[in-house]
Amino acid sequence: MAHFIDRRLNGKNKSAVNRQRFIRRYKQQIKQAVSDAISKRSVTDLSSGESISIPARDITEPFFHQGQGGVKQRVHPGNDQFSPGDRIPRPQGGAGGSGKGDASADGEGSDDFVFAISKDEYLDLLFEDLALPDLKHNQLDKLVQYKTVRAGYRAEGVPANIDIVRSLRGSLARRIAMSADKKQQLRQAEAELAELELAAVPDELARRALLERISELKQRLAAVPFIDSFDLRFRNYQKKPEPTSKAVMFCLMDVSGSMDQATKEMAKRFYILLYLFLSRSYKNVEVVYIRHHTQAKEVDEQEFFYSQETGGTIVSSALKLMQEIIAKRFNPQEWNIYAAQASDGDNWAEDSPLCAELLSKQILPAVRYYAYIEITPRAHQSLWEQYERLRASQPKLALQHIREVSDIYPVFRELFKKQAA
Amino acid sequence: MRSVALSKGPCLPDGPDWSFELLTQYQQEIARVAAYYQLDTYPNQIEVISAEQMLDAYSSIGMPIGYHHWSFGKKFIQSEQQYKRGYMGLAYEIVINSDPCIAYLMEENTLPMQALVMAHACYGHNSFFKNNYLFRTWTDASSIIDYLVFAKNYVSQCEEKYGIGEVEDFLDSCHALMNYGVDRYKRPQKISMAEEQRRQQEREAFLQSQVNELWRTLPAKANSNPAEAHFPAEPQENILYFIEKNAPLLKPWQRELVRIVRKISQYFYPQKQTQVMNEGWATFWHYTLLQHLYDEGRVSDRFMLEVLHSHTSVVLQPPYNSKYYSGINPYALGFAIFTDLRRICEQPTAEDREWFPQLAGSDWLESLHFAMQNFKDESFISQYLSPKVIRDFHLFAITDDSQDSSLEVSAIHNAEGYQQIRQMLSAQYNLSQLEPNIQVQQVNISSDRALTLRYTPHNKIPLGGAIEQLMRHLHRLWGFEVVLEQLDHNNQLSVLARCPTPHHP
Repeated sequence: MAHFIDRRLNGKNKSAVNRQRFIRRYKQQIKQAVSDAISKRSVTDLSSGESISIPARDITEPFFHQGQGGVKQRVHPGNDQFSPGDRIPRPQGGAGGSGKGDASADGEGSDDFVFAISKDEYLDLLFEDLALPDLKHNQLDKLVQYKTVRAGYRAEGVPANIDIVRSLRGSLARRIAMSADKKQQLRQAEAELAELELAAVPDELARRALLERISELKQRLAAVPFIDSFDLRFRNYQKKPEPTSKAVMFCLMDVSGSMDQATKEMAKRFYILLYLFLSRSYKNVEVVYIRHHTQAKEVDEQEFFYSQETGGTIVSSALKLMQEIIAKRFNPQEWNIYAAQASDGDNWAEDSPLCAELLSKQILPAVRYYAYIEITPRAHQSLWEQYERLRASQPKLALQHIREVSDIYPVFRELFKKQAA
Repeated sequence: MRSVALSKGPCLPDGPDWSFELLTQYQQEIARVAAYYQLDTYPNQIEVISAEQMLDAYSSIGMPIGYHHWSFGKKFIQSEQQYKRGYMGLAYEIVINSDPCIAYLMEENTLPMQALVMAHACYGHNSFFKNNYLFRTWTDASSIIDYLVFAKNYVSQCEEKYGIGEVEDFLDSCHALMNYGVDRYKRPQKISMAEEQRRQQEREAFLQSQVNELWRTLPAKANSNPAEAHFPAEPQENILYFIEKNAPLLKPWQRELVRIVRKISQYFYPQKQTQVMNEGWATFWHYTLLQHLYDEGRVSDRFMLEVLHSHTSVVLQPPYNSKYYSGINPYALGFAIFTDLRRICEQPTAEDREWFPQLAGSDWLESLHFAMQNFKDESFISQYLSPKVIRDFHLFAITDDSQDSSLEVSAIHNAEGYQQIRQMLSAQYNLSQLEPNIQVQQVNISSDRALTLRYTPHNKIPLGGAIEQLMRHLHRLWGFEVVLEQLDHNNQLSVLARCPTPHHP
């Protein structure tokens, strides 16, 4: 009458399609939430999804039900004090003490509908208008390091590298090979001797010859060495070239009065994209934030994007600081150094030539790539012109101009096209 | 009087871990005892699933197969979210009214819990599905799975042909009126999967021509009498059915979608009307069956303690002023009524003889089966809610008249109040009083084809819900103007809403 079925191994994502339908339907709201969330998120946080909240009233499914008012009669349990005819003041915000439920059913409840989207969904939504590039084909030119790896065995080497098991295995094989036929001859001779001694009249001459042969064979057997230099095997090592997995990304940003929050958000997206790109190529990517007005300062992410500080603009201060940090902490021999500078293009005019010089002499030789993005709807100023001039001779330098959010991806793609092998 | 025949036997292992062999052993024991109590069931198909799969089952309102729709995704996300944050424990089981009766057991349950769930779902609910008159009348357990498969495939086909967005919008409109897609009096016909498909093709070709028939201008208009011009002749309560058959502009596939939503709504209609009875019955039987096994010595003390622990939390009824109170617990009320029914039969008091003369002293098993078979919540409560249960629950009735500044306690658990409380509690489970009474009143077939719906308030309770939005859904389905009017208690007609909204120049 009954049978059991084990369904645990069946797929559990039966609702995946319905979930996608939900996300598809509320894409606008979810994208809005993702955009809002980006400001709360760290540049380097790519591993987590995002918690999305949509106003509950947007997703209610309407249905006809009884409204408030009229005459309602309800039965409740647990009477501890009432007698018939008692009058009770009307409880606030509910009909007849029946409590919750009514308010939100009207769609007036203000609780948000909160749910989580996965990391992939988050990135898809974040870069939806940007469409991520095919990262695999754009392998970056990386620094090479050598690593020693095991590579089989060899017959010569230093005693420290002797592999005992391998050597003894060789010794055993050699001993078997060198003594097998002698042992056989010895057994044969001993058998003949035994036969001879059983005979009625022993042939003394033959017996002596056999004894001599036996002792000779025994001697030769004993002469086979237990271990020979021929047996020795040494572990072999080779040096293998390997691209280093260490990378550091410098984020330079102008925080002078002319950079507003919207501009910073655009820069942040660019940084996230760059970080995402680098983290596909390198195991660990460190990020250094340098912000500057007339003075540069290394700061943490929070301060980088959200600290309120204004002043004039001297870009070279940031470049100097970056160079100092490289000298102190990031040896270009070991680190793949990337830099992205975001600015609205304002700079103190006399500072720009200095920047160009700093870049070409000090920084560009050390870095793998230097991207300058100018986020402004206006015309270029002196800094851009200086950099532009520099670019002709410096393939590592890339300049791009971003006017609005949708420019970010094309710009990004442009930047990394050059690197394609 | 029935005497309990105990067949003593060896004690079964009590877990806590379960295995399929143990489940089979327990299932056989429970089946044996269930047969002894004459529980008539569909064959059981017991499926062990994981927590994630349980969440999947939740979102499709317990249907094993469902068509795709964003609202199920929303439910899934909601329950997943609540579950992850620990606001909600998962149900121990879900049982589906089908033949064979499908029951889901969660793999996380301990062995005593699995046994409890099997007794509850596979013998309690299952026998209820098979024997209650509402389920016998309204649902066809043998064809529901086939129908769901058909519905799912049909909706997918429509999505391919007409686009996901189009189908989704249309289903939204149908879902909004889901509660008005139920025939309350007509018996739906049992048909097989193949038959359903054949008929669907036929309908598709035929229906469209029939609809146009409606709008044919008759040449002999002058001598038609005004009564005939009134369409429909009688007000129609099944709005979705009316739309499916009569909406002028719907395409054949849209009519089919209306039908699918309507059918599924109809399938769930008996469950909405028998919550207290169904849960009460299942709870009564898991308790009785396992207690029987315990009396026989087949299950251990440890096993029984865990079962009783779960049982008591299931039938917990917090009082009105508790922070856990959220209405009357159908498990508690149903269990109390069935248990008391048995007591009335076996050990009647003078009060019982006065209130239930036909029950006192009768065969309890027969009386219980009769009660399960022939009632729904509303009639069950008005028939069987005894003064003792009212006293045990300390029930009291509140009258809330919005004209009044305060609420009135109209009855409590005393001799004068029993009848009134019983009546009011019964009304509280009367779907026709809970759901607003909206019916198709008229279609202007000779002029602008406007559809008029009429809301008749019960106890002067106004209509709630996002009416504007609902009118737009109705308009999408009907295709022409839709008017919603209200007939209030002193026979005054007023227009509540219309769609499209009239222009005021």
